[in-house]
Amino acid sequence: MSRTVSITLQNTDDARPIIEAITEDNPGATVHSYPGIVKIDREGSLTVHRASVETRLGRDWDPQEIHLSLVSMAGNLDEDDDYFRLAWAH
Amino acid sequence: MNAINKLGLKQRYALLTNGLDWEPSYQPKSAIFPYAEFEGIKIRDWSKWEDPFRLTMDSYWKYQAEKERKLYAVLDSFAQNNGQTGLSNARYVNAAKLFLTGITPAEYQAHRGFAHVGRHIPGVGPRIAAQMQSLDELRHAQTQIHTLSHYNRFFDGFHEFSHMHDRVWYLSVPKSFFDDARTAGPFEYFIAIGFAFEYVLTNLLFVPFMSGAAYNGDLATVTFGFSAQSDESRHMTLGIEVIKFLLEQHPDNLPIVQKWVDKWFWRGHRVLGLVAMMMDYMLPKKIMSWREAWDIYFTQAGGALFADLARYGLRPPKYADVATAEAEHLSHQNWSVFYQYTQAAAFHTWLPTPGEMDWLSEKYPNSFDQHYRPRFEMWAEMERDGKRFYNNALPQLCTVCQIPMAYTEPGDPTTICFRHSEHKGDRYHFCSDGCKDIFDGEPEKYSQSWLPVHQIFQGNCGGASMEEVLAWYRLNPGADNMDQAGSPDQAMWDQWMRMRDRVAG
Repeated sequence: MSRTVSITLQNTDDARPIIEAITEDNPGATVHSYPGIVKIDREGSLTVHRASVETRLGRDWDPQEIHLSLVSMAGNLDEDDDYFRLAWAH
Repeated sequence: MNAINKLGLKQRYALLTNGLDWEPSYQPKSAIFPYAEFEGIKIRDWSKWEDPFRLTMDSYWKYQAEKERKLYAVLDSFAQNNGQTGLSNARYVNAAKLFLTGITPAEYQAHRGFAHVGRHIPGVGPRIAAQMQSLDELRHAQTQIHTLSHYNRFFDGFHEFSHMHDRVWYLSVPKSFFDDARTAGPFEYFIAIGFAFEYVLTNLLFVPFMSGAAYNGDLATVTFGFSAQSDESRHMTLGIEVIKFLLEQHPDNLPIVQKWVDKWFWRGHRVLGLVAMMMDYMLPKKIMSWREAWDIYFTQAGGALFADLARYGLRPPKYADVATAEAEHLSHQNWSVFYQYTQAAAFHTWLPTPGEMDWLSEKYPNSFDQHYRPRFEMWAEMERDGKRFYNNALPQLCTVCQIPMAYTEPGDPTTICFRHSEHKGDRYHFCSDGCKDIFDGEPEKYSQSWLPVHQIFQGNCGGASMEEVLAWYRLNPGADNMDQAGSPDQAMWDQWMRMRDRVAG
């Protein structure tokens, strides 16, 4: 049974540091590129770390800024000040 | 920096929700929330509701304003620079017409539905989330109208989208879906739209189709699409939270929720047949087939979701296997219906080109060459002989999904599927077991369906002739309807392309 969690982000300048942070911090993540968007899949869970995005941006980044780039997602969400995580419980 | 900003996200969200609610003192709760109990849903503790996005109102306004600024900058630029001339092909615009007439008014219906639910759900967490979603849906309706109004300056078929939504035969499919949801109780509405539509199915509408808009040069539509879709991620989260919350609150909720999941999955699947056709037949440059999109967004993503929800005893929707098998046939059967009834549609139709048929053969190796290519080739031959096929009989409609009875039996694509039920001495017809089950569950509701063909026969749609009915739709014959070839849209487009070639030398 599939346990794939997934996040789809716009393929824009704002989203690229987030995409980079995800692929760097989540080993085994698969990146699919479609026109205008990037879909990242991973088994079980996937986390966006605030610190990792900030390093790439060179400025403060609030995980809620992800709202400006997010297209879709699959998985149960857990969001706090320092991370944005998708996971399946099973 | 004020004190509130120093609180953590979870604390700020707790203050917004639980901190804002109060116990009524001079009215019973049942009088304030009169629709909260009749559906049989049992809630022990509303404070257990957690919105994982924990979006507070100040953040909500901040991010929504930023999204709007970005979107309107693109729309302005698209209009200023005549972006419509950069589309892949004039045919593409018909997908935008179907979107504006079929989907945009449904966004407005979703706005009204969530405003109602936001008032009538007793828990403060979901009330706030429903309010935000209500505002989001209004934003989607407005931004889509603004975006597509640019095309209305040049192309036919956009001018009466709202009027048409309420009257035109195929638009009763999405309209009746939302009418059905909005006339249900607040919990069923939440499952219908928040879970079945937003979480399980909206990806199929917005993600591959909007990516297709990007691929076909429609900068404006892709931008409103992804701007809306960023809200949808929040809506999907709300949809999954409402399911988990109801199932955690009381075991008696499970059979009620399961029935709604089964019902709304099937209703949604039927509405999305329009999107299947948009992806496989209406996008000149194609991204992925409906079959591929279904595999990614339903079989894979839905499979993981329902495996996760199995811990509550919830099973995947009934007839999910039938829907998956239908993915081989859906778009071809739907496009065939519109081709036959092009005279009564507010967008243009065409037969797939030989190159497109090869693409369809490749994407549908189990069905296209055997069942659909011969039909399209025969129709192409009839066109060449000057005998373009029009179906002039009004079709029988399914009482539940309101789609013409053109779908085939599961496992037998050569036999039309007919089902029926008796209710109070009358016979009602359905396209599938899924639609029949829905009717049998609530015959009082569905026996009142406003079915476009029945209404025409009863004399409620402007008259008995095609011309009178089209006038009642406010459809301009010869401009809005019929084939793309020979349409004023195509003539204008050809003129634009000739001017471009002349300038380019």
